[in-house]
Amino acid sequence: MNSIVEGITPPWQHERRTVVRLEAETDPSYGYDPYERPVKMHLRLGVINLDKPRGPTSHEVSSKVKDLLGVERAGHGGTLGGLKPGDILLFPVCYLYC
Amino acid sequence: MQTGKEYICLMRLHGDVSDEKLLEAIKLFTGQIYQIPPVRSSVARKPRIRTIYYAEIIERNGRDVLMRIACSGGTYIRKYCYDLGLYLGCGAHMQELRRTKAGPYDEGDSVTLLDVYEAVKLYKENGEERALRSVIQPVETTVKLLPKVYVLDSAVDAICHGADLAVVGISKLDEKIKRGDEVAIMTLKGELVAFGRAQMSTEEILESSKGIAVDIERVIMDRGTYPSVWKKGGKDFNGST
Repeated sequence: MNSIVEGITPPWQHERRTVVRLEAETDPSYGYDPYERPVKMHLRLGVINLDKPRGPTSHEVSSKVKDLLGVERAGHGGTLGGLKPGDILLFPVCYLYC
Repeated sequence: MQTGKEYICLMRLHGDVSDEKLLEAIKLFTGQIYQIPPVRSSVARKPRIRTIYYAEIIERNGRDVLMRIACSGGTYIRKYCYDLGLYLGCGAHMQELRRTKAGPYDEGDSVTLLDVYEAVKLYKENGEERALRSVIQPVETTVKLLPKVYVLDSAVDAICHGADLAVVGISKLDEKIKRGDEVAIMTLKGELVAFGRAQMSTEEILESSKGIAVDIERVIMDRGTYPSVWKKGGKDFNGST
């Protein structure tokens, strides 16, 4: 048996278009393309889509990741509430509820 | 941030139900539904409206039903199964649950703790960055699904210091932004600067030549990443008074 009940389009299927108000250039001497940051900065402003193992809590897992990466802060969750520069947002997408 | 989630869930029915009856119940429980958070929950137990985007029966073995459910943030799947059981009359409960999507993140792109460990080891021992960059994604991926407003280089540092975003600081923006929407403020390089609340719609921003377009609520970027053009103006102003 395989049946899908379609309702409303989920957010990840929405498409957005960008419109220009004022054409402008960006000065390459400031900031970085998000994929070309120096490693230290990349770690500080990074997110891990982590498949959380069954057993340890999200809190325990984020503390483990914090130690592994040697960063000052690491957090987890589906919320950006506590996100500040310097946080690693550990994102247990595949969270197993036991 | 309220984002969509997708789960794979194993539901156990407490009685025998035909495929037709089950499907009819799932149809009724798709779209906008009322939910009272479960007894053991961290929010007030008041009825709230949640959205089920789609639901799919992947496999069924008697009373065990394997389902894929996409829902808005804050939907309790345990409660969804329980309520479905109430409607069917036989009762039901959630046996197992696994999240397969959270906002822009997908189970298919996830990494394990071991992947992280090995990437860190490669970096520490050989200075090899590639593995580390593949397990850690830039913070910008978190705002993939949010409407975005791209600002001029000259506006970035003022926002980092807490200023709200004026129309004149905007270069590009997404369509269909409404007043009150949560938006991500980005640089023209695609870096996340801050989160804010739109005070004007996309159309209003395009038509206006002055005014505050976005109220800044949370700044992510470090101060001083971009030059502070606005400071010079401030000094001149002070000097002339």
